[in-house]
Amino acid sequence: MLRYALKRLLSLLISLAVASIVIFAVIEIAPGDPASFMLGMNAQPDTVAALRAELGLDVSKTQRYLNWVGGMLSGDFGTSYTYRTPVGEMIKDRIWVSLPLALYALTLSTLIAFPVGIYAAARRGKPGDMAVMGATQFGIAVPNFWFAMMLVLIFAINLRWFSAGGFAGWDKGAATALKSLTLPAIALALPQSAILARVMRSSLLDILGEDFMRTARAKGLTRRQALFRHGLRNALIPVLTIIGMQFAFLLAGGIIIEQVFFLPGLGRLIFQSISARDLIVVESVVMLLVFLVIMVNFVVDLAYAAVDPRLRART
Amino acid sequence: MTLLSVENLSLAIGPLPILRDVTFSVAPGEIVAITGESGSGKSMTALSVMQLLPDAATTQGAIHLQDRDLLTIPESDLCDIRGNDIGMVFQEPMTALNPVKTIGEQVAETILIHSASTKSEAHNQAAAMLTRVGLPQDRFPLSRYPHELSGGQRQRVVIAMAIARRPRLLIADEPTTALDVTTQARILDLLKDLVQEFDMGLLMITHDLAVVADMAHRIIVMRHGEIVEQGDTRHLLANMSHPYTKALFEASSHQVDLPAPDEGPVPILSVENATRDYPLPRTRLFAPREHARAVNNVSFDIHQGERLGLVGESGCGKSTLTRAILGLEPLQSGTITAFGTTVSPSMPAAQRTKTQVVFQDPYGSFNPRKKVISILLEPFHNHPSPPRGREWFDVIGGALEEVGLQDSDSDKYIHEFSGGQRQRIAIARALITKPELIIFDEAVSALDVSIRAQILDLIADLSRRHNLAYLFISHDLSVVRTVTDRVLVMQSGEIVEHGDTESVFTDPQHPYTRSLIAAAPVLPDLKEVQNALA
Repeated sequence: MLRYALKRLLSLLISLAVASIVIFAVIEIAPGDPASFMLGMNAQPDTVAALRAELGLDVSKTQRYLNWVGGMLSGDFGTSYTYRTPVGEMIKDRIWVSLPLALYALTLSTLIAFPVGIYAAARRGKPGDMAVMGATQFGIAVPNFWFAMMLVLIFAINLRWFSAGGFAGWDKGAATALKSLTLPAIALALPQSAILARVMRSSLLDILGEDFMRTARAKGLTRRQALFRHGLRNALIPVLTIIGMQFAFLLAGGIIIEQVFFLPGLGRLIFQSISARDLIVVESVVMLLVFLVIMVNFVVDLAYAAVDPRLRART
Repeated sequence: MTLLSVENLSLAIGPLPILRDVTFSVAPGEIVAITGESGSGKSMTALSVMQLLPDAATTQGAIHLQDRDLLTIPESDLCDIRGNDIGMVFQEPMTALNPVKTIGEQVAETILIHSASTKSEAHNQAAAMLTRVGLPQDRFPLSRYPHELSGGQRQRVVIAMAIARRPRLLIADEPTTALDVTTQARILDLLKDLVQEFDMGLLMITHDLAVVADMAHRIIVMRHGEIVEQGDTRHLLANMSHPYTKALFEASSHQVDLPAPDEGPVPILSVENATRDYPLPRTRLFAPREHARAVNNVSFDIHQGERLGLVGESGCGKSTLTRAILGLEPLQSGTITAFGTTVSPSMPAAQRTKTQVVFQDPYGSFNPRKKVISILLEPFHNHPSPPRGREWFDVIGGALEEVGLQDSDSDKYIHEFSGGQRQRIAIARALITKPELIIFDEAVSALDVSIRAQILDLIADLSRRHNLAYLFISHDLSVVRTVTDRVLVMQSGEIVEHGDTESVFTDPQHPYTRSLIAAAPVLPDLKEVQNALA
């Protein structure tokens, strides 16, 4: 198990290194010099040069890459070209919105999908299953911003249970902060849970046809006991894969929902930085997202091994 | 006193009748074997007793386990009976165990759901049961996972699970079909011992008549969902009254009429010191790779018109050797020469047409979306001089006729054929380029005995007409004995014995060959049985 974890960790580090090179290279290829962009069309060449030196743009590309990576490792993400504030602080504010939102949505999606998927699998072909399949089809087909608007209409405007948008901030207490994230989390979670429930269902159905499920019944387990004791854990592997992918999507893909609910999240930050050609912010946020996604995949890999002893053995 | 009595059991799945008027009984300590070909309803009979039938199944009649009718009691009572009063062992040990739970947990589970014992008591009992079935704790601790065990060891775990509560009735559905002969012999011995020790009734389902004749006190022969004949084993063997029973026994010990070999002087295939290694997964990052030797220094020749057999247990390297001879895998050392050219994965496709192959699974080896005609014509893609124009039709018609099918079959899809017909198509595909050497890789192993007999006759017939040379690979000794002139015995990648088939079988020299032959169940000589009874 330890050897497996170390191997995954090594591949994680390699992925991170490769990703950082790719991100840096892509941003470099993008046209436009941030210094002249910031100073406008009429800037004097020596002013531009001075700004370039200040921004650290006057050294070789390799040197700049190393400066960038070295800075990130020591917690210094550089200074935003447009806002003239440290990128680290900008990210810190935003990530405390985006990360909890993604985790919140993922938790909701899993909490909905597991029972629904298990229910549908246990009642395969019966009306309960058909209803679930229809509902999940709907959940996948309808875009999440429409859900978001409906949620605002019902729960914020009509019932007035939640505010229609904005983020309360963590300094007013976790409950208040989470409350302001609830509607966006639901809007993000519904389509994801529809996908996850379908994966859970089909994965369980595959497992229900396995020989060892019949063995379990021959031991005297009821259908339900066999499903929960022998079926569920075996059905988890594909489900874990999807959960990992959904987390990545929820982190970076929440931009539309962030817009609908006026949330100061990473998605908005990255959108604004791209518009303003604030490359250092773009680079850092993308790198951060890559880091988080790779970390999640690492955790998913460990979860695989926890679920399936055959993976632990295969070092 | 009967333990299990099945009376006039009829079963239908949806509108499809599966079983009709099945009546039999099992007494404590008695071994009753249900035999028959695939689709005869033998497994469904077993599942009816377990009441683990598909949802759409409807049953009539009665199944009494002592005084309780299993067809009328509620599901919750059935759950109490399953595993506690009736244990069941299944065919596929590789998939019958949950891969993510330890063997200890799985055996202890049977004990825990049927008794009030604590976890540690249940684990102690599980350990005792595993030891009893031949998995001692010092080598097979409870913490082992199924993937760490071999097929035979897994079947022992399944048996331990089934008998953990000392059930009165044990049902074994083809318990040894997926196992090697030597493992099969040991598992059958274990089952026999357990029946005696626990005074259990054993209802055994098997297609293998040799196993039946060897094990069972009573035999039930089924066909198309009905019992055609049943009775005391020796009595039934001596006075088979139903023609189907006779046909079944005849097919099982079928001897083909193999023409005398007409061997050419030069070998068409010669394998010299062939060695094939597989790289093992790295255990450390920068350590040199370890290798497993699948085929070790194997040498033999096949002459024109010669029929050579290759026997050995699973994992002995038979299939690897086949793949090397077909030029699908490289050798690490040694050479294989066929028809004067060296065989390797890089050999030109045109040179492959002289050697063809027939595989075990007649369904899995065809593309289900292609018609028979395109399947049959496939070998011509590589052929240096494929037929032209009208010749196509003659070639297809000829090939189908040769294997006993009709011209019109060429327009059908593969799912429209039975298992035996599919294997005929596989043979037609192998024959169509008029090869001089055919490799039969377990080509009759998946077939029912009567179909198997027909295919073996076909092979003998073709070898008579075309003076065919072949390499016949099988784990089934009786089949190899009847269709080959010479035989190779393979163990752990090496040829341990070779010689004339008859002399190897009657006077085996190598201890491994002897153990193989001793372990293989044989059908009793029916005349002897008759004389003994008379």
